[in-house]
Amino acid sequence: MHPPGFRVAVFVIAVIALAGSFASHRHEMPLGPSFATAAAAAPADLFAPVAAVLRHPRCMNCHPRDDRPRQGDDRHKHLQNIVRGPDDMGFVNARCAACHRDENNQHSGVPGAPAWHLAPLSMGWQGLNDAELCATLVDKSKNGGKDIAALVEHMDQDKLVLWGWDPGGQRAPVSTPHPEFVTQLKAWAAAGAPCPPAGSSP
Amino acid sequence: MPTTFTVNGEHRTVDVDPLMPLLWVLRDELSLTGTKFGCGAALCGACTVHLDGEAVRSCQIQARDVAGREVTTIEGAKGPIAEAVVANWVKMDVAQCGYCQPGQVMSAIGLLSQIPNPTDDDIDKAMDGNICRCATYHRIRAAIHESAKSIKT
Repeated sequence: MHPPGFRVAVFVIAVIALAGSFASHRHEMPLGPSFATAAAAAPADLFAPVAAVLRHPRCMNCHPRDDRPRQGDDRHKHLQNIVRGPDDMGFVNARCAACHRDENNQHSGVPGAPAWHLAPLSMGWQGLNDAELCATLVDKSKNGGKDIAALVEHMDQDKLVLWGWDPGGQRAPVSTPHPEFVTQLKAWAAAGAPCPPAGSSP
Repeated sequence: MPTTFTVNGEHRTVDVDPLMPLLWVLRDELSLTGTKFGCGAALCGACTVHLDGEAVRSCQIQARDVAGREVTTIEGAKGPIAEAVVANWVKMDVAQCGYCQPGQVMSAIGLLSQIPNPTDDDIDKAMDGNICRCATYHRIRAAIHESAKSIKT
């Protein structure tokens, strides 16, 4: 039988060791941590793997903070002076659907998915840090009135969103596998969709 | 697979692969060769036609996309706007080699149909997808402005 002081000391050492382990784990966190890792993270950290996916060019290229869609992994401005237009679906003569159809064009390589269009300007993400990105994402005045469940559904099932994981051609898919991303997303949602504190993230 | 659609006001049925580009349907199946092939990848605008009144790249539209819909090619461009555009194209000697001009004209008609008095910025946005290797852009811009004036008067 160990004296009470010894037991307290063992407990404290164990807590310190575990804390060190978690801290180390967060530090080494890959772009797409597992659900177990996500669940072990502090609530504000639950958004980090989600943000990593949202920043992928397949997502970010259609969420600009100006009127120019982007193309490619280098996110260059869409060739041909393409602009968002009044309904986020292009300008006269240069409507998204003038070239982008319901699926990738196997002959030309032009990408396609149902309802190809830009996200509204209020959902522009480029250049936002994690805290700003999260705040923008959950703001119903900016996200088309979506509550958290609708946001999860959008990123889980919308065919235009899903295209990002199967973009075809030479385009790089979103790095985190979609099922893993949805697990991370639901973990974040289940925790109340916490956002990192303003100014806390790069 | 048979596909029926309206082209230049006439009902036509073609028996082609549903994935065949509309451009091939027009040129090879219907002998409407006014619409030109330029790049095949939506990069040049030479193949521009109207689908239900909106300019599209016929190299990217597939036969299955046009079933039951209305296609207008350069051969079928009619009405006051089309007539004004063609008249001003001739008046201002817009064309040089002319290869891109069917697409340019269809885009100009599309622009003026929706923006009757376009600014230079409107023209930049609406016509930038139509490339002219002869660089007739200044004359195209001027002819669009002249067409807008002549339609109003």
